Amino acid sequence: MTTSFKDRNLLAVIGDEDSITGLLLAGIGHIDEKHEKNFLIVDSKTQISTIENAFERFTERQDIAILLINQHIAEKIRPMVDRYQNAFPALLEIPSKDHPYDPSKDSVLKRVQKLFGE
Amino acid sequence: MSGTGPRESIFPTRMALTNTKTRLKGAQTGHSLLAKKRDALTTRFRAILRKVDEAKRKMGRVMQLASFSLAEVTYATGDISYLVQEQAKTATFRVKAKQENVSGVILPAFEVDRVSGTDFNLTGLGRGGQQVLKAKEVYAKAVETLVELASLQTAFTILDEVIRATNRRVNAIEHVVIPRLENTVKYILSELDEMDREEFFRLKKVQGKKKRDADKAEAARMIEAGDGDETSIEADTKEESTEQAGNLLNDRDEDVIF
Repeated sequence: MTTSFKDRNLLAVIGDEDSITGLLLAGIGHIDEKHEKNFLIVDSKTQISTIENAFERFTERQDIAILLINQHIAEKIRPMVDRYQNAFPALLEIPSKDHPYDPSKDSVLKRVQKLFGE
Repeated sequence: MSGTGPRESIFPTRMALTNTKTRLKGAQTGHSLLAKKRDALTTRFRAILRKVDEAKRKMGRVMQLASFSLAEVTYATGDISYLVQEQAKTATFRVKAKQENVSGVILPAFEVDRVSGTDFNLTGLGRGGQQVLKAKEVYAKAVETLVELASLQTAFTILDEVIRATNRRVNAIEHVVIPRLENTVKYILSELDEMDREEFFRLKKVQGKKKRDADKAEAARMIEAGDGDETSIEADTKEESTEQAGNLLNDRDEDVIF
């Protein structure tokens, strides 16, 4: 696990259109030779199964170091996100334009809170 | 009496006692070392925990700012999302992983690695180029914050796991391994004591028997041989030996001239 993180250098995003646009502007977009994108745009018509597939694909890819996901989208696949405990890629829930950040829903912060509460 | 708890199944010999004592000492050393490691990790963990909490809140603000600047772009140039998505080819914003060592635990730390690319050069060519540039910068800053947070979070996850494992080991040594070894030592000691007592008793018994036999033999001899033949012979030999010694002393050597 700790040996393979050397060649992880990409970021991946699952998010709404605005978040993706912004992050792509920053320059994280990457399309490899197999035309596989490292981002998934989710709108109101996107199926849950599509999100789940993308989530699985991104977490299994060997070149992704950090996976960003909009919090309201993470909320849709919450069981999967909560179950995800691996160190790589690091899973980060980010706020979106329409959905301000709610620390109480974040799966990592929940663990933090639990540890502080003990 | 011989150890009330679980113990190892070995023969109670002195060698096994030495071995077990060495192992007990090793277990105690290991226990104290692991406890120290756990304490060091926990200290680190607490610090990271606080930082994660802070960074998450900061991220909320930063992302808000970023969305706002994107809204400005949309206002100035119209929707650029399609353009941007189509132009994304290779990542210019990457991360590099470095590693840091905390008490033998390797923690990765991500570092921003920006390749100067010329993506999206045409975006906002008509109007709103300033806003696009600004949004780009703001988002880059935001992503930097995210990367920082991600490395903190990764460290958090790994440390959490390692602390759990260390705790398990410390507890296992404290509550299972050490008591078992102590019980084994106790058992061996009590068995050895028992063997000592048996041996002592046996020796006493043998001594008693020998004494009795000797007395008996003495008595029989006294009865059998009334006169003192044997004793006179012995005296003769003694005299002879002393005479020889005396003769040797009396022999005169010739003078030795060097």
